[in-house]
Amino acid sequence: MARFTKDQVRHLGSLVRIALSDDEADRLKNDLNVISQSITHVQDVATADVPPTANPVPLEAPLRPDVPAKTLDRDEILAQAPKSQDGQFVAPRILGGK
Amino acid sequence: MAADTQIVRLSAAQMAQKLKDKEISSRELTQAEINVIAAAEPSLKAFLTVSAKQALEQADAVDEARAKGEELGPLAGVPIAVKDMIVTRGIETTAASRILDGWIPPYDATAVRKLKAAGMPILGKTNLDEFAQGSSTEHSAFYPTHNPWDTTRVPGGSGGGSASAVAAFEAPLALGTDTGGSIRQPGAFTGTVGVKPTYGGVSRFGAIAMASSLDQIGPVSRTVMDAALLHAVIGGHDPADSTSIPEDVPPVVEAATAGQNQDLKGLKVGVVKEMQGEGYSPAVSKRFEQCVDKLRQMGAEVREVSLPRVSYALDAYYILMPSEVSSNLARYDGMRYGLRVMPPADQPQTSAGMMAWTREMGFGDEVKRRIILGTYALSAGFYDAWYGSAQKVRTLILCDFEQAFGQVDVLVSPTSPVTAFRLGEEITDPMTMYRNDICTIPANLAGIPAMSVPAGLDENGLPIGFQIMAPQKRDDLMYRPAAALEKALEQESGSLLDKLSAPWLDKAAKAGDVDADQAATIGKAEQKAVMDEIADRMKEER
Repeated sequence: MARFTKDQVRHLGSLVRIALSDDEADRLKNDLNVISQSITHVQDVATADVPPTANPVPLEAPLRPDVPAKTLDRDEILAQAPKSQDGQFVAPRILGGK
Repeated sequence: MAADTQIVRLSAAQMAQKLKDKEISSRELTQAEINVIAAAEPSLKAFLTVSAKQALEQADAVDEARAKGEELGPLAGVPIAVKDMIVTRGIETTAASRILDGWIPPYDATAVRKLKAAGMPILGKTNLDEFAQGSSTEHSAFYPTHNPWDTTRVPGGSGGGSASAVAAFEAPLALGTDTGGSIRQPGAFTGTVGVKPTYGGVSRFGAIAMASSLDQIGPVSRTVMDAALLHAVIGGHDPADSTSIPEDVPPVVEAATAGQNQDLKGLKVGVVKEMQGEGYSPAVSKRFEQCVDKLRQMGAEVREVSLPRVSYALDAYYILMPSEVSSNLARYDGMRYGLRVMPPADQPQTSAGMMAWTREMGFGDEVKRRIILGTYALSAGFYDAWYGSAQKVRTLILCDFEQAFGQVDVLVSPTSPVTAFRLGEEITDPMTMYRNDICTIPANLAGIPAMSVPAGLDENGLPIGFQIMAPQKRDDLMYRPAAALEKALEQESGSLLDKLSAPWLDKAAKAGDVDADQAATIGKAEQKAVMDEIADRMKEER
């Protein structure tokens, strides 16, 4: 059964890009241990002969007719950007470090 | 102005009739609701945004169309509130999260587009647990919503705002979203009707994604007929949602109409064996039994039915749901919309750092908990044991329902094992909070339609909900017993919501018409204060 350590929670935090504080990592570790303990029962009945279900209402992947349609308005989208310039999103630099 | 109180207490169907008969205009009705919102919000906090100006413009457009004799839909002119999990072009949409504070979507959800086409003015956006994650609306980043039956108690969640607004007569109708019970459990807690349609029955396009294989938009109302009328407006195929069922809405309005004659002869009802007994409050159990008796008296054939593997549903849900959450919420990265928080000055000012600090400051505790848990459940080495096993449990639960529906037409259970708890009572213990949804989660896993109807009050005067479930794509089947039960209970002890004191109605009648600009400020000062905290916390980081 899974036992979360604080280091593991910190590692998960970096994977999901959340700058967790020390207190938070501690609290999350405790919560996740309680939750994970109670949800491992699924393995009791999930035997090899049971197929998995992803979508409860299975549908064939539908195709739309190939007709032109109007896209969203660029200015309306960019108006919601944290930062934009010359009709484009502005991102902070990718590489860096001290 | 005294008319306010009378108009807003009507059902949506009655309002629609008065509009059709030109006894009232949509503007008068919409203004009356805005007045009630302004009077009730200080005590309830059901709304995050009141879009009064847009609502009145829409109302005027419908009135004009009616004056010209244009053909209008059955709910034309009836205003509606929309859960802030559903995007509305030009109206702020936040999912009750700091990370989307101030976001004005550039498009409408399909369900919202259909509301607009049906001539239904949008009163505003209702509060919820952040990204619909919670069962009490206490996880809203901005403020908790209060239950109109007892404002020291929660309205349930995640759609506590929609349920409270409808119960309190702030709106006759609302849209909700239901991933594990977020429409039905608040319905039970507030004495309102809440419907989760078949998965794929209402387009999810423009519903902010939480757990895509479970999410479903549905109606919140005060009567079964109103829910059916709204269901018919928002349902049906949408090419913009690849999981949308390419079929017409089942005949839900016809079924609700049929139920009103209170003849349930030939209807086979199954009482779910596993959704009763220990853990269910005595009042909930007692009212449930009484409702089952009513169904029997109206001619239904009642028997007990077992869903043997349903006890694994909660566990499977708390693996599948966070897994999908972790994936869906990866999009909030501060790049294209929403919040952007740069790292403290002593750290690299990179894109990666910006994402990490934006998400740290933008998400609340419950959301972070689920993102981390879900990422773990999907990680190499644990995928098979957790996610894979949960998907298999889903198959088993589908099989259980299939067998049950081989014996009966509909299944019934309490909606929630308990009635509304006090604010603060369960928020510190995630597992206790999660168990609230024990009766509602199975329907989401199986993709079947389910609804909660009011079943009376407990000893503290708090509403109790009765859940009806039907097979996939047979949403109509549950409306018939629902409408019959509603009428039987009304004959016994009157309409439940007539018992709600709602002191804000008198207050609204005395205060007179509230200006649209003034209504638009409702809740905004509190929301700004929450956002200002981020700047303060970032200063401390230095």
